[in-house]
This record gives sequence, C-alpha cells and structure tokens, in this order.
Amino acid sequence: MADFMQFALSGVTVGAVYALIALGFTIIYNASDVVNFAQGEFVMLGGMGTVFAHQAGLPLPLAALLAIALTAMIGIIFNRLAIETARNAPVVSLIIITIGASIFIQGVVQIVFGKQIYRLPSFSGDTPIPLFGANILPQSLWVIAGAIIVFIALWLFFTRTMTGRAVLATSNNRLAAQLVGINTNFMMTLSFGVSAAIGALAGVLVSPITLTSYQVGVPLALKGFAAAMLGGMGNPKGALVGGILLGLLESFTAGYLSSHYKDAVAFIVILVLLSVKPQGLFGTKTVNRV
Amino acid sequence: MSNPFKTLALAGVATLALSASALAEIKLGATISETGPASFLGDPEAKTLKLLVEKINAAGGIKGEKIKLFLYDDGGDPNKARTFATRLVEEDGVVAIIGGTTTGTTMAVMPVAGENKIPFISLAGAIEIIDPVQPFVFKTPHTDKMACEKIFEDIKKRGLSKVGMLSGTDGFGASMRKQCLAVAPAWGMTIVADETYGPKDTDMTPQLTTIRGKEGVQAIVTPGFGQGPAIVTRNYNQLSMTIPLYQSHGVASNSFIQLAGAKESEGVRIPGTALLVADLLAADDPQKKVVTEYKALFEGATKTPVSTFGGYAHDAFAIFVDAAKRSKSFKAVDLRDAIEGTSKLVGTTGTVTMSAKDHIGLDLSSFRMLEIRNGGWTLVK
Amino acid sequence: MRISPKMATLLTLSVIMLIAPFFFPSAYYFRIASLVYVNALAVVGVVILTGYAGQISLGHAGFAGIGGYACALAPVYLGLHPAASVVFGALASGVMAWIVGRPILRLKGYYLAVASLGFGILVSMVLTNEIAVTGGPDGMKVADLGLRSWLSERGLSLTNGQFWYTITALLLLAGAWLALNLENSATGRALRALHGSETAAGTVGIDVASAKLTAFIISAVYASVSGSLIALMNRMITPDIAGYMHSIEMVTMAVLGGSASVAGGVFGAAILTLLPQALTSFDQYEQVTLGLIMMLVMIFLRQGLLPGLASLLKGRGA
Repeated sequence: MADFMQFALSGVTVGAVYALIALGFTIIYNASDVVNFAQGEFVMLGGMGTVFAHQAGLPLPLAALLAIALTAMIGIIFNRLAIETARNAPVVSLIIITIGASIFIQGVVQIVFGKQIYRLPSFSGDTPIPLFGANILPQSLWVIAGAIIVFIALWLFFTRTMTGRAVLATSNNRLAAQLVGINTNFMMTLSFGVSAAIGALAGVLVSPITLTSYQVGVPLALKGFAAAMLGGMGNPKGALVGGILLGLLESFTAGYLSSHYKDAVAFIVILVLLSVKPQGLFGTKTVNRV
Repeated sequence: MSNPFKTLALAGVATLALSASALAEIKLGATISETGPASFLGDPEAKTLKLLVEKINAAGGIKGEKIKLFLYDDGGDPNKARTFATRLVEEDGVVAIIGGTTTGTTMAVMPVAGENKIPFISLAGAIEIIDPVQPFVFKTPHTDKMACEKIFEDIKKRGLSKVGMLSGTDGFGASMRKQCLAVAPAWGMTIVADETYGPKDTDMTPQLTTIRGKEGVQAIVTPGFGQGPAIVTRNYNQLSMTIPLYQSHGVASNSFIQLAGAKESEGVRIPGTALLVADLLAADDPQKKVVTEYKALFEGATKTPVSTFGGYAHDAFAIFVDAAKRSKSFKAVDLRDAIEGTSKLVGTTGTVTMSAKDHIGLDLSSFRMLEIRNGGWTLVK
Repeated sequence: MRISPKMATLLTLSVIMLIAPFFFPSAYYFRIASLVYVNALAVVGVVILTGYAGQISLGHAGFAGIGGYACALAPVYLGLHPAASVVFGALASGVMAWIVGRPILRLKGYYLAVASLGFGILVSMVLTNEIAVTGGPDGMKVADLGLRSWLSERGLSLTNGQFWYTITALLLLAGAWLALNLENSATGRALRALHGSETAAGTVGIDVASAKLTAFIISAVYASVSGSLIALMNRMITPDIAGYMHSIEMVTMAVLGGSASVAGGVFGAAILTLLPQALTSFDQYEQVTLGLIMMLVMIFLRQGLLPGLASLLKGRGA
C-alpha cells in the first residue's frame, strides 16, 4: 500500500510537470492552431533565467519574476517575427519553424550560459512530508498547486471572460473574428505572451526537482505535447488530465511492470487511444472545410 | 558567464593565428561530443584540449614545433563522428586523433583510424574499445568493468553482498550496467534488483521504491552521468533510505554535490580519480602536481569545476605530447609506436604504462574510493 | 525535342553524379557525397508521403532503424547475406508500416504527428533497451557487404569511398526514378488529389485510406533502405539512427528543399548534409545558424528552397 502511494505521488508530481507544459501548448493552439514545438524552450528559459538572475544577486522571487517576464517578451517577439509572418503556412512548415526556433533558442542559451546543469533551491526546504506511508517533497506540492492554479485561471479565462472567448474566436475563424471587431493580432500577441509566461513559470517551479540546463526543453516539450494530445489539444481540462494521466502511467509502469519500458507504455496508450478516439480524451471533433 | 567563453574563443583564435604563422606544425585531430546528449562529458573535454594546446604552444610547442588542433563537434552521433574522422584524416592530414566521447562515436572512428594507420586515443569507457587490442586504438578512461570492481570491492569490505542496480539507459549507464552484472558473481555479489531510468527522466522514486522493497537489499549501485544521478540521490533522501548508495565515476565532479545538495549527498560513495581530491593528496603523492596544475588551469579559465571527463582529455593529450617527445618523427606510425611505449606517465586518472597487449595502461589502484562528507570529498581508507 | 520535368530531374541528377567525382580532392568528399545520396533517398520517401499525399510523419527514423538493424542482425541470427538483409529490412519496414499505418493514418495534422512520433520513439526504445540483441545504446558492428572485394577479384578495384559513392548514387537514381514514375501514375494523381482535399478526393471516388496507406508504406521502404545503407557504410550502427532528431532531420530536409518535388527533396538533403560541414568553423554558433536558417526559409520561401529560388530567378529575369 505504501508502495502504491509512493508510485501515485511520483506520478502526480511528474504529471503536474507535464500538465503545466501541456497547458502552455493549449493557449497558443487555441489562438492560432499552431502547436509550438519551442514550448519546452520557454520552460528552459524560465529555469535558466531564474538561476542566473539569482546568481547575479537577485532574491529568488524577483529573479523568477524577471525570468518569466523576459520569457513572455521572447514569446511575443517570436510570434511577431515568425508566426505572424508565416500565417496560413501548412502544418508541416509551422512544425519546422517552431523546431527551428527551439534549436535557435538552445543555441543562444548555450553560448550565453554554457552547458552546465543547474538547480534552483527548493522554495520550502527539502524535508520530505510523510503522506499515507509515502514521502513527498514540499516542492512537489508547489508544482501540483501551480498546475491546478494555472488550469483554473485558464479555464475561467476561456469560458468566463470576453478576451478569452475572443481568443477562441480568433482560432476558429480569423476573418469572422475580425468582422465582429476582435483585434486578432492582439489576441495572438496575448496568447504567445501568456503561454511563454506559463512555460517559464513551469520552469521555475520544476527546476528544484528536475534540474535545468540548455537542453532540458525538448524532452519536456515532447512529453507535454503527448500529454496535450492525449487529453485533446486545445482543452485546458484535457491538458491537465492528459498530463497527470501520463505521469501516473509512467510511474506505475516503472513500479509494477518494468522501468525499462516506462516511456513505451505511455506512447502505446497514446497510439491505442488515438486510434479509438482520434481527437483525444476531451477533444472536440472538427469539421473539415472543403 | 559569457566571459569564460569569450576568453576561450579569443584563445582559440590566438592559437590558430600563432600556429598558422609557424612553419612546421603537428596536426592533431579531435572529434568530441560538445553538443547533444553527451555534451555534459564532451564540453569539458573540448575545453581542456583547447586550453592545453594553447598552453603548450605558448611554451614553445614540442621540439620547437607548434600543435595545430582540428576540433569537430560530432553531437554524439556516430555517423557524424565517422564523417569527421574521415575529414581529419583525408582533409586535415592529422597525425593522431583524440576523442570519441561516447563508446558509440568511438566505435565509429575506430575503423577509420585502423584503415589509415592513424593513432586514436578514445575518451570512452567500454572495454570493447581496447579488448581485443587493435594496433592503432588506445583509451584513457578506466574501463567500466574496473569501476564496478572498485565498487564491489568496497561493498565486500563492508561485509555486504546484496546489491540493487539502478542504471541510466544512456550509453555510459548501459555499458557499466552490463559490466557490473557480469563481474558481480566473481566478487560474491548478488544483484537482487536491476532497474533503469531514461537519461531525461525527472523522478526515480518508483524505481527506488521497487529496489527498497526487494528482500534483503544491502546497497545501491547507480551507473549514470548528468542530472540523473543527482535526481536519484535526491529521491533516495526523499524516501528516507539509509542503505549505502554508490554512484559511478560518471558523476565525479563537484557539480554533482551542488546539484544533489550537500545534505542529500552525505555519505554517497563513488570510485573517483585523484583529480577530485587534489587538496587531500599527500605532498609526495605522484599525482599531486599533475592534478593540482590541471585543476588550476581548467577552473581558472572556465570558472566551472573540473570533472573526470575533462581529466580524460587531459590524459589523452598528455599521452600524445609525451609520445611526440619520444617519437622518432612526427609521422603517425612512429607516434603510434611511441604511444604504445608510454611508461609511468602520470595523469589525472592514474599512472599509465602501456604495452602491445595493454592499450589503457591503468590498474585498479588508480581508482580511489571517495565519500562525500559535509559537501566535500574524502578518501575512504 | 521537349524534355519532360521527370527526364530533366533524372538527367540533371545523373550528370551531377558522373561529373562530381572528378572534382573531389580526397576520400572525404566521396564520404560526404555518399551521405548526401543516402539522406536524399530517405527524403524522396518523405516527398512521396508529405509532398504528394500531404501526410506528416515525425517517426520515419523508426523505419531507418528497422532497415539499419536488419543489416546488423539478420546476418547474425538468420544467416542472411548483408545484401539480402537490405531487402529483408525493407520488407519488415513495409509490413510494419502497414500495421502501424492503418490506425494512425486516420488521424490528421498534429494528431498524426504525435502518433508517428510515438511509433518512432517505440522503435528507438526497443533498440536501446534490448541490449542482449542490439548491443544497447553503444550499438553493434555490421558485417561487410562483400561486394567491393567481389568486384576487385573481377578486376574492378574501387576505394571504399568510390565504392559507396557508386552504390548510393545508383540507388538514389533508382529511387528518384520510381518516385517520379509514381507521380504520374494513377496512384500519384490520387495522392495529389487527397493532398488538396481529402473530402473532395473521397467524393470523386478515390479510396482515400488505401491511397494514404500506399504512400506511407512506400516512404517507409525508402527510409528503411537508407538506414540499411548507413549501417553498411559505417560498418556499425547505434539507436541514434531511429532517434527523434533523425526523424526531424528527414522532414526538415524535404520541406526545406521543397517537398512538392523529388528535385526539391534531393536539394534539401544536399544542403542540410553539407551545411554542418561548412559550419564547423562557426564552432558554437553552429546551432544558432541552423535554427535561424530553418525559420527564415520556412517564413520567406514557403514552398522550399528550390522552388523559392527558382521563382526568385524567374522574377528577376522577367
């Protein structure tokens, strides 16, 4: 029982990390139908930025805020220079553009900050908290709380605010959105800024657990992408459930089946689920325009 | 942080400019994984080579001839490593190659070195590189087998025998896991758990929980490098585990203690090299001078702590320079003979004496069992 | 006499292949050229899948892995000749593509991307984890093809570089020829129809599912043969060949060069194979440059480099 609990806690912790990243994918996808493969780099920038601002003498909360703000700026610039300019390009071109951005950002960080691995100090110490016979680190609670708060905020934003609905409208039909007076360019800017900020926030929260370096972005982005697709791209609920589910799948596989094929089970579930439900768990069916 | 890089870049340019002006020069090739999954290993290796070449050229080179370094980044991809090895031999006309950060890239370079009769000093761990011995292939790191034996020797001294393994699935971890499983019976060890983790994994508590649940497990051995071992160490503390934890030589750097945390890494043991305990060595220790000098040079120029991996590159370069000084000529074939004749050369990893049958030249005694105490390294007697 | 675009592509390719070696100063250039041809072969497969049929795969390196490891394993375990192993690998990849393709090709856009990505990761995970069979992450040695010594016994002695240059050039030429024939066949027209609009293609009586599956299987075989050639050329193989980065590389080559045509794909393969060699003097700026080029080309030359440059030249000429 204690073992089961430990696996569950591990799964929820890792799952919350994936969920935070998946939530970042969700916003950009909702505004622009783009899956941003550079999302992992926002996570990396959040972590690395905080590490260096902290090393330069800023107190941790200020360093984190600065890193998040800078990352949001980078997200907005990336949207303006690359995504807006390449509007209406086919999916495969957009994939290459965002992967290109991912490689570019990694290259810059590697030149500026080097290739060392870093860790942020835990926010509330490293004393494990016993829970039903298992142990959890205080930092895990921060990550889980972060994922839930970001989820609730996004859910309220997309369902309860005019701006949130305007973002959705922009994605559904850009021209129609413009006709009813929505500033679609601003919606795109907003969503890239917010998404980058959420990514960076994720980076700040998880770096004390996962550590950070110039190349942590891609594997995290892949898992976050998989989680978002598992839940159904574009739906904050899907991102949260997909993330936690992926984390639990991995930890229970590692615990009860085999740690060698931990990641395999996650992807097999995705393959099977998508062949049964091609839009993911919570995705809505889109109708093809002819 | 940009300063060390700028310094390095400038130094590199200066080196090139200097060597270009020299009439005769010794062309040395290197293919290193500066980027990619093994960049944690390759980055200090590349920096070390650049620094050492610069240093020796500033001191007048070898027998009055400067060394010109051709260094390529293979990104850990064997296909690229093979291409760069071909380029080094065919285009650049080097007389020796250092590199192959990983066993995979090393295996890709070996045929090129063999066919073209160019001596090749690898920086990778696997025993297959030098067993069976190939005439033109050498290596500086201990073999993974030696690391396992050093750990098992220590476990045995503590009167324990039931071991749980938790290995990374990267080349380094997988190769050492294989060797440990193979030599365990000879040291009276029983492997009661054999778990793995991916190099990019962020939480290993499920694996550790499984190992903890195994009947009678007495010690944990965790081959791997990079952030994985640090996360394992933190998870081990999270689970309040107390059985002895052994990390591999893949983490032998002060940055491991920083990443895992001083409190969390208390009591962790690793088979390491003299490099980490330069200050603790007796004044008459033969390695004292070498490791102190290298540590000062590397940490002064890069502002990052020395690691075992940079030390491997240091030793490879030292072997090359030593051989070049003794060699009849700077021709590749003569250099090969000289490298094979390396005798009692003191490096960061140990004292190297090669022969036609031994292309690594280290023994178990060159490994030192280290234990982390109060955020620093101590020697286990 | 008018030359069809198909003949023009094949002629240009053969002329370049014939003339280039006369300008090669060393064996290194033969190696690079062989790599261009091997990569181009895989990319021609991607052109069929992405350029003709409009489907995305982020897991095609998985098939390269199957082809590569077939050449490493089949001679050891099945006693097959390395050359027969290439065919065996291609068959295995085709069957695998058939099994995987049927469910996942029903997915669209990013959902297909993540499903194919999952497939690629599964293959590379098996190759990495089954250490007893595959040698794990350090990989394994591959048997000699034996053809070079066979030729030299019959009086045609080639250096290793020249030999692989010839083999890869011939196979690329054959691959390009097949792809170009496919383009003008009934299947090719069906593929391009569904690229435009699947719904429309369906209504005019095209069996959309089977057309997509055909393209997927054919492109898998191309990737497989390319993987086999890399294994045989290097005489060793590691799971990197099936890795995510290799999948991305294939798609990038195709799209960057111009995935709508075989010529564009080959051009993209050439550029992206040569670029890292040219950028070595950039040292740490290599990654930044590569990322920048990927973004700029896709933003400003959306059709890819070859068609983009061609239209730029035309625009200037007019």
